Amino acid sequence: MPATPRRFARLVREQEVHRDVYVSEEVFQLEMEHMFPNSWVYVGHDSQVPNPGDYFGTTIGTQPVLLVRHTDGTVHVLHNRCPHKGTRITSETCGNTGKFFRCPYHAWSFKTDGSLLAIPLKKGYENTGFEQSRAASGMAPVRHVRNYRGFVFAKINDVGLDFEEFFGESLSSFDNMVDRSPVGQLEVAGGVLRYMHNCNWKMLVENQTDTCHPMVAHESSAGTAVEVWKKAPPGTRKPMAVEIIAPFMSPYEFFENMGIRIWDNGHGHTGVHHSIHSDYSAVPGYFDKMTAAYGEARAKAILDENRHNTVYFPNIMIKGPIQLLRQFKPIAANKTLVESWTFQLVDAPDMLLERTLMYNRLINAPTSIVGHDDLEMYERAQEGLHSNGNEWVNLQRLYSPDEAEQTNVAINGTSEWPMRHQFRAWTKFMTMGM
Amino acid sequence: MRSPPIRELIDFVVREARLIDQQRFDEWLDMYADDAFYWMPLEWNQTDPRLTCSLMYEDKLLLSIRVERLKGARTFSQKPKSRCHHVLQTPQVDSRDAAANSYVTWTPMHYVETRLDEQALYAAWATHHLSVERRQAAGSSSSAST
Repeated sequence: MPATPRRFARLVREQEVHRDVYVSEEVFQLEMEHMFPNSWVYVGHDSQVPNPGDYFGTTIGTQPVLLVRHTDGTVHVLHNRCPHKGTRITSETCGNTGKFFRCPYHAWSFKTDGSLLAIPLKKGYENTGFEQSRAASGMAPVRHVRNYRGFVFAKINDVGLDFEEFFGESLSSFDNMVDRSPVGQLEVAGGVLRYMHNCNWKMLVENQTDTCHPMVAHESSAGTAVEVWKKAPPGTRKPMAVEIIAPFMSPYEFFENMGIRIWDNGHGHTGVHHSIHSDYSAVPGYFDKMTAAYGEARAKAILDENRHNTVYFPNIMIKGPIQLLRQFKPIAANKTLVESWTFQLVDAPDMLLERTLMYNRLINAPTSIVGHDDLEMYERAQEGLHSNGNEWVNLQRLYSPDEAEQTNVAINGTSEWPMRHQFRAWTKFMTMGM
Repeated sequence: MRSPPIRELIDFVVREARLIDQQRFDEWLDMYADDAFYWMPLEWNQTDPRLTCSLMYEDKLLLSIRVERLKGARTFSQKPKSRCHHVLQTPQVDSRDAAANSYVTWTPMHYVETRLDEQALYAAWATHHLSVERRQAAGSSSSAST
C-alpha cells in the first residue's frame, strides 16, 4: 500500500482512529520513516554532556544518534554510525571520548562535531574520488538541532516546521520547570528509570492526558494506599508517599475542573487550574531562595503554576511541580521503551529532588504498583485490537465539531480532545513532504 | 538478648523465600520490623537510596499496601496472580554482632516468576540485616530489619 496522504486520512477520522495505528507494523515503519523525522524530537539534556568530549547515545524514532559536547563547547547531535561500514561508533551508552571518536573496526577517526579526522593507510583512497563521497564528510550530523534552556531537540528531515513554529506557546511548560530553580538551571540527577512495555507508544502518550482512568484503573493501588492510610493513628504526619499516591484517587469532579489546555501541533497539558501536585507540603527554605532570586510576586507566580502533565508531540511528557520528563521511545508497533528522567533544580533544597525521585520510584518504576495498573490495560488493548469485530478506537468524549480550528484553549479536564488533537498532528507530520 | 546460631539465620532467610513462593504474604510481612526498609537499588554499586532513585525503597507502610493490594477484587494486573519460585544458594553469614544485635547475611539466587504464558528469570543477591526482637507473643523470634 503506497504511503500517500489518503492512506492516512483513512486511518484517522474526526472521532475515531483505526486500530492499525496501534497494531500495524507497516504503519509503524511509516511513522519511523516520515512522522518522527519530520518532527522535533527530544534527544537529551545538555547537563548529560557537561564537558567537551562527553557523549550520550540514544535514538530518534529508531535511528541511533549521539548527543555530544564538541571541543568548542557547543552541543551536537550526530548519527551514531561510522560512514565506512556502518558500525556503531560508541562502546558505552554515555562517556567521554576526548577530542575525537575512533571507530573500533578500522580506526577511522572523527572530531566531536562528526567531521572526518583521519583514516589509516589513507593513500588507498587516492584517485578514487573519495573527496566527493558521502563518507568523506564523516559522521553525518542531524541537521536541525535546538537547545532550549538545556533541553536538546532535533529534527532529522529538512521538511517540517522550525522550532518556534512547532512548539509555540507550549514552551511555557519548560519555562515553568526551569524557573523553579532560583538560578534558572536544571541538571539531570538521580538516575533514569527504564521500563519496557509490550504496547504501542501512542497508548502511553494518550494515557498522560487520560483523566477518566485514575479513579478506576488505579483503584487497586492508589485506592489501597488511601484505605491503608486511613487506619493510621490520628495525628500521624502524612508520609510523602501518601501525598504522592493518594491524589490518583481524586474524583471525576477534581479532574473535570482541573482543566486541559490545547496548543498547536499536538501539544497540550492537563492541570490548568490545579493538579495532583497542588497540595504537596512546603519545603523549608525554598520560597526564601525563590524570593531572593525573583522577588516575591514572580516567585509566587512561578510556584502557583501547577500544571499536571504537559505532552509534547510526538512522544514526551513533562511535569513542572516535580522535575520529571518521560520519553515514550518506539521500538516496534507493540513495543515501547519508557525512560523516566529526573532533574535537580540547581540551588534549591535537596528535598525537592528527594520528592521528585520518590515520585519517579512510586509511579514510574517497573516495580510500581501504579504503573502495573496502566500496563495491564495497554497490553489488553494490544491484544483486543486484533479483533475484527470492531476495527476502530473511539475518541469522542466531549467532541466539538469546531475544535480543529481552535488553539490555545482551556477545556474540560476529562475531554479526549488532546488525543484527537495528537492524531491531527500525527496526520500532519506523517504526510508532510509527501 | 540471645545470639542466634548460624543455622537459625540461614533458616530465617530460607523461610522468607518459602513464604513468598507459597503466597503467605501476611506471614511474610510479619518477618519485617516496624522500622524496616526493603531496598532494591536502581544502579550497580548504588550506596544512596535517597538522592539516587531506586526500584524499591519501601517502609512497612508501602510493603503493607503491596500485600493488601493483592487481596483486592479490582487488582486487574494480578488477575490471574503471578506465581514465583526462588532457588537460593546457601545464605552466607557475613557478620554476627551479638552486642549490637546485628546479623548480616548475603544470599545469591535465581528467581522465576510466571503469569499467564510468560515466564521470567531474574538473578539477584539479597542482603539481609537481621536483629532479634522480642514480641508480645510467647517466646522471642528473629525478624528482619534494615
